[in-house]
Amino acid sequence: MSIKFLSKISFAVVTVALTASPVFAENVIRWASQGDALTSDPHAANESPTHSASRKVYDVLYYNDKDMKMTPWLATGHKLVNAKTWEFSLRKGVKFHDGSNFTADDVKFSIERALSPTSDLKGDISSIQEVKVINPHTVQIITKEPNPIMRNQLTNVFMMSKAWSEKHKVTQPQDRAGKQETYAVRHAMGTGPFKLELREPDVKTILVKNNNWWGLKTYPHQVDKIIYTPIANQATRVAALLSGELDFILDPPLQDLDRIKNTAGLHLEQTAQVRTIFLGMNQGVKELLTSNIKGKNPLSDQRVRQAMYQAINVEAIKKKVMRGYAVPAGLITPPAVHGYTEALNKRRPYDVSAAKKLLTEAGYPSGFSIQLDCPNNRYINDEGICQAVVGMLGKIGIKVNLSAIPKTLHFPKIKNRETDFYMLGWGVSSLDSHYVFNYLVKGADKGWNGTGFADADIDATILEIGKEVDFPKRDKMIAKVWQKLRDNVNYLPIHHQVIVWAMSDKLDIPIVADDGVRFIYTKFKK
Amino acid sequence: MIAYVIQRAFQALAVMIVVSLVSFMLFNFVGDPVDNMVGQEATYEERVAMRDNLGLNDPFLVQFARFVGNAVKGEFGISYRIQRPVADLIAERMPATLELVIASAFLSVLLGIPMGVYTGIRPNSWLSRSILVGSLVGVTLPTFVIGILLIYIFSVGLGVLPSFGRGEAVQLGWWSTGFLTVTGWKAIIMPSVTLALFQMTIILRLVRSEMLEVMRTDYIKFARARGLPNQIINFGHAFKNTLVPVITIVGLNLGSLIAFSIITETVFQWPGMGFLFIQAVGFADIPVMAAYLVMVAVVFVSINLFVDILYFVVDPRLRADKTVAAGN
Repeated sequence: MSIKFLSKISFAVVTVALTASPVFAENVIRWASQGDALTSDPHAANESPTHSASRKVYDVLYYNDKDMKMTPWLATGHKLVNAKTWEFSLRKGVKFHDGSNFTADDVKFSIERALSPTSDLKGDISSIQEVKVINPHTVQIITKEPNPIMRNQLTNVFMMSKAWSEKHKVTQPQDRAGKQETYAVRHAMGTGPFKLELREPDVKTILVKNNNWWGLKTYPHQVDKIIYTPIANQATRVAALLSGELDFILDPPLQDLDRIKNTAGLHLEQTAQVRTIFLGMNQGVKELLTSNIKGKNPLSDQRVRQAMYQAINVEAIKKKVMRGYAVPAGLITPPAVHGYTEALNKRRPYDVSAAKKLLTEAGYPSGFSIQLDCPNNRYINDEGICQAVVGMLGKIGIKVNLSAIPKTLHFPKIKNRETDFYMLGWGVSSLDSHYVFNYLVKGADKGWNGTGFADADIDATILEIGKEVDFPKRDKMIAKVWQKLRDNVNYLPIHHQVIVWAMSDKLDIPIVADDGVRFIYTKFKK
Repeated sequence: MIAYVIQRAFQALAVMIVVSLVSFMLFNFVGDPVDNMVGQEATYEERVAMRDNLGLNDPFLVQFARFVGNAVKGEFGISYRIQRPVADLIAERMPATLELVIASAFLSVLLGIPMGVYTGIRPNSWLSRSILVGSLVGVTLPTFVIGILLIYIFSVGLGVLPSFGRGEAVQLGWWSTGFLTVTGWKAIIMPSVTLALFQMTIILRLVRSEMLEVMRTDYIKFARARGLPNQIINFGHAFKNTLVPVITIVGLNLGSLIAFSIITETVFQWPGMGFLFIQAVGFADIPVMAAYLVMVAVVFVSINLFVDILYFVVDPRLRADKTVAAGN
């Protein structure tokens, strides 16, 4: 072996050693949650963990910031040209991870891709008729009807590169009846704050800082690397945090929160989530499927519904089932949603004797029997909440049989009207009441409104709210629908779900109500 | 011989068809995958269109025939959950599961047999008694409790072993192995112990009872009468004769190790096939569930077939001319 060769090797070793241990330590965040994003394709799954993952690599025109405030992002401003035409000016100097420029063509392409048949976002933005490129930094979106919440609906429409998508033949999202996996399922290239370095679904995802991100001046974060590992078992997830293998977990189980709080070097963050848990009652049918009362429907009587409402002690559920991590609800939508007010959220008092009296007035002095359908793997302690409700309604003579089943079986029951009494939780991606009304209040034979409630006047108002661009007038209509819902007791609100994040004291990541991590706000403590 | 093998192979094929039919029928009870595949905003019509596109609205037998037709060609479709071809997913996850199973099988044999022999030879010593009491833990404690206990002791308490994952894996062709890195070895210790414990107990108890049986036989007494040293009697005469049933059980249990690994993999976030399957069940990911169940059936059926053929080789009575054996 020659000296020259040896010196070459030693040079190589020194170089590797130098580059491997930089002078400044890297800021790495190792984190976990229960389940991985379904895909890296930003338009293929309309699901919050997937959106949360996309938001790190891809940017949107309007961004929901850490306080859930809509902020101009790749769009810098808008103008309503006429009732059906929105014009957006785009941020200049924005580059994709591959160095190419972000232009109006990419916006047109991305929105059209999100509207394509295999996209899962098409329902969210179905009001869009056409996207017009005016110049490289201006686009117009033309809607079928006037759409007051166009910008809110764009907060999950991620911007992809037209050239990159064409190059890799991913101009449409994955067709799940197809045979081949498309390139975008495990690869991502956007304009966002982080670049996707490694993607092994269900195993590991590594993101690295995009040093050319346009937002670095406004959001000067110091996160160099993010390593994500899904850990399905909650005990294992907590153990990994306690043992220091992780810096942050998104979904610690309620029973472990005290332990985490009392561990040196760890802390919790909590906030009310944009999701409310409530019970629906089928008041529209002539006879219930699971009740001993035949020939009539006790739930059709407003007094019965109010009796059930007043018999449920939500404070007890909060204390015993949720260990304090819940906000009692009087409205089926949480504070972050436009249209929510404190007055509407005030609950009718918990009063068992008043409830009994109402039930007697309605003609059911000895109550009735009914089945409550409940998911057991969807919401925080969902089955526990239902068990508590069974006991509480039992006190006023309503004998409830509980059927707790997995979500894949539970939700079809609601949508096909095969349940009399059910639990549902509702998150609001657009942060606007119209979204709630459209799915949960408007009369429909199939779909999420399993209450059988249908009111022509209310339906017409909901249609108006969807189109009205005069905001004060629109707000009045929203308030009217909520009041009607409250008086009529369509639903039995339980609570607004509270989310808790657990993290190392080295980090400070502000918690966000949609449960999606915004790493750009991370602060490191020395 | 050939006729025997062909006969067994046909039986195996019949078992395969029945297994896939039954598992396919079960999918009707896991719920509607479409609900998980589209957002809550999707309209009723969009959901119906999705079901049509996936062929979920077809009659059961049509769906089954299509599945078998594709499976024969090696096509298992795209996972509803992570949108990747199922065949790729299983090929990627299989090395992790097999390495875990092999490590556990080694552990259970290497620990189970010596302990079984010892407790068989000295049934009344205090060590034997404590081994037997200790082995009750292996039989009675559920796998996930053992796993969590280990994690709390060795990861949270002592901080010496990783609580989840497989460490760094090295790619050797299409096979990814964790046996070439330190982190990989560290990561496999707790999952393989957890998975091995139950098997080890079974082997221990089997070897022990076989040893007790053999030690009472005449040829052992005769060997003692000849004045042979204990070592030769214990290992040369007694232990050798306990091995036949042990080998059978170890072979057959390889299949159940693969099946049991579902729980161990979930506890340790081990990226294997069992974990893939559990997540598929939660999502009603029919293509993955179907492919996994068929694959497990293939493993069981081929192990059984292999054992049957092995018997044929080992046991001269099966080989003998049947007419002669019948005394005609």
